[in-house]
Amino acid sequence: MKAKSGLTRFHNCYILRNSKIIKEDLWIRDGKIVNPEQVFYVEQVEADVTVNCENSLIAPGFIDIQNNGGWGVDFSYDSENVEEGVQKVAKALLAHGVTSFCPTMVTSDKEKYSKILPRIQKHQGSQLGASILGVHLEGPFISLAKKGAHKDEYIQNPEKGLESIHEVYGSLDNVIIVTLAPELPGALEAIKGLTSLGIKVALGHSSASLAQGEEGIKCGANLITHLFNAMLPFHHRDPGLVGLLASTTEKQVYYGIISDGIHTHPAALRIACRTNPDGLILVSDAVAAQGLADGNYRIGPQSVNVENGRAYITGTKVLCGSTTALDECVKTLKEATDCSLEYALETASLHPAKALGIDHIKGKLNFGHDADFVIIHPKLMKVLSTWIAGECVYKSS
Amino acid sequence: MRLIILEDASVVADWAARFVLQRITEFAPGPGRRFVLGLPTGGTPLGMYRRLIDFYKEGRVSFKYVTTFNMDEYVGLPRDHPESYHYYMWNEFFKHIDIDPAHAHVLDGNAPNLVAECKRFEDLIAEAGGVRLFIGGIGPDGHIAFNEPGSSLVSRTRVKTLAYDTLEANKRFFGNDISKVPRQALTVGVGTVMDAKEVMILITGVHKALALAKAVEEGVNHMWTVSAFQQHAQALFVCDEDATLELRVKTVKYFKALSGEHQKMIASVPVLQQHVLH
Repeated sequence: MKAKSGLTRFHNCYILRNSKIIKEDLWIRDGKIVNPEQVFYVEQVEADVTVNCENSLIAPGFIDIQNNGGWGVDFSYDSENVEEGVQKVAKALLAHGVTSFCPTMVTSDKEKYSKILPRIQKHQGSQLGASILGVHLEGPFISLAKKGAHKDEYIQNPEKGLESIHEVYGSLDNVIIVTLAPELPGALEAIKGLTSLGIKVALGHSSASLAQGEEGIKCGANLITHLFNAMLPFHHRDPGLVGLLASTTEKQVYYGIISDGIHTHPAALRIACRTNPDGLILVSDAVAAQGLADGNYRIGPQSVNVENGRAYITGTKVLCGSTTALDECVKTLKEATDCSLEYALETASLHPAKALGIDHIKGKLNFGHDADFVIIHPKLMKVLSTWIAGECVYKSS
Repeated sequence: MRLIILEDASVVADWAARFVLQRITEFAPGPGRRFVLGLPTGGTPLGMYRRLIDFYKEGRVSFKYVTTFNMDEYVGLPRDHPESYHYYMWNEFFKHIDIDPAHAHVLDGNAPNLVAECKRFEDLIAEAGGVRLFIGGIGPDGHIAFNEPGSSLVSRTRVKTLAYDTLEANKRFFGNDISKVPRQALTVGVGTVMDAKEVMILITGVHKALALAKAVEEGVNHMWTVSAFQQHAQALFVCDEDATLELRVKTVKYFKALSGEHQKMIASVPVLQQHVLH
């Protein structure tokens, strides 16, 4: 099943291409998807390896743009064995069809950023783990009123725009997304500065009115972080950030949503999905307890009790974050919204790729794209195998 | 010439595929012994290709040692354009079977020197030892490949400028915009097809009825180029009932009376013996 450089043909399969599931073979070579018609007529060669997929479905690999950790690792807390921790999660994500992700750090003190951030580098995936597209920094430039689980003492304003950002984070080389609140003093300048560096800005943990949100979008932001959570609830006279789904800004606004069946009510999922179908991005927003067996754990500063796969703060029924991986979220979205399977899969692949501006290489099974894909049982929606750059990196037993 | 009249287009497709299957099987191709097949595109042969793919999947035929030559291709149309014949052949046939890409020949309408490309194609056919079975369809005006009315009946592979009627008929494939239809095509000549050992022409539908009548009942005429095959030693017209509507009752009855003999052609009667059947 290993095919790093040879011409490999996956046949007896259905593939998701151009938003449709079609009966078609997938041809790959040197880590890329190739056009078999060109291979046939121009190169006149046959496949070196043929893989019989037994009628399973091939979809682009999932891209998780918000993931705080898992399997006991907390990206924002563990500053000792950072590389090891990230690798552990990256590897475990392969079983969930995730081929690329953005390790996410929540609001932390400056010291944590200087210790952790330089050590989470952008990295091409392999059998060792999913690709790291860059770090998603969520906070500390957020609204105190909408801090959610973030710690007050570190929250601050980006008063000097990009300069404040640099002061807190240090080098931005490893960063791909920054979540901030657009209504804060200096936030618009910060958005302009960050996007001019090619970093995507997501609006979130914010009390912004719709007008403030639109200003943020005009300044360059193109994402909303976990829609509905940590923002003003929808109000008909000022719909707040939620209103961005239907506002008249010219560009497509993308929004992350946690469809784990707990964090967002199915009706809310349907509202978002019907209002702005092209912008919906599934995120796991998973925490360190993701993937842990039932039991008691100490994760970072917290005592956590995992019961039936859900993580509670010990002794309470307070959920301490999502523990659902993206493959499960795809399933939940489909069930909750009755959307097509094509659409559900694209919300975890094409949409995040578009939001990050990498849809010319990832998120699709088009010719020339990276051969990052997942082979799924079409009925059970179970991940059978995961491939990165044409290499099988996970196979279910 | 033989005329095989079958019930409808699907029976024609099945019959034609069985005929190809019989010919390849009988020939028993192998290393150093290739069966050379001439192929058409268009709506009529589609059903035949699907049946052949079924036969391949059922393990009844292999195309590993089959060499194919396609009849024609538009000039200047990108190879991966959905209306190009490269695209058609890849999607409707080649990608489903085990043919060796080095032996599946389609004229290159984007070649820098079109005349040289036509010459190359003729040379390739000659190198392959000539076409054993050429399959063709016809247009409503009786053209075979792009040998439109008035084409020389001894023509070879060449560049042809398409008749206005053809552009008009094909514009539905190009967003109904006649200016987008390629004006030229490369095509094998009538003579090229005449050189094949056997020729099978598929004709289905009412709109081809007049062309069939002209091809079968009237004289050889370059205004109905398919009529040239009256002079071919082993030509076979396979049509459906609809396509016979312009034929004389006598003609239809005569050929239908021979249908028992015709069925032997797709049974395992050796080819040489079949040639003396009629």
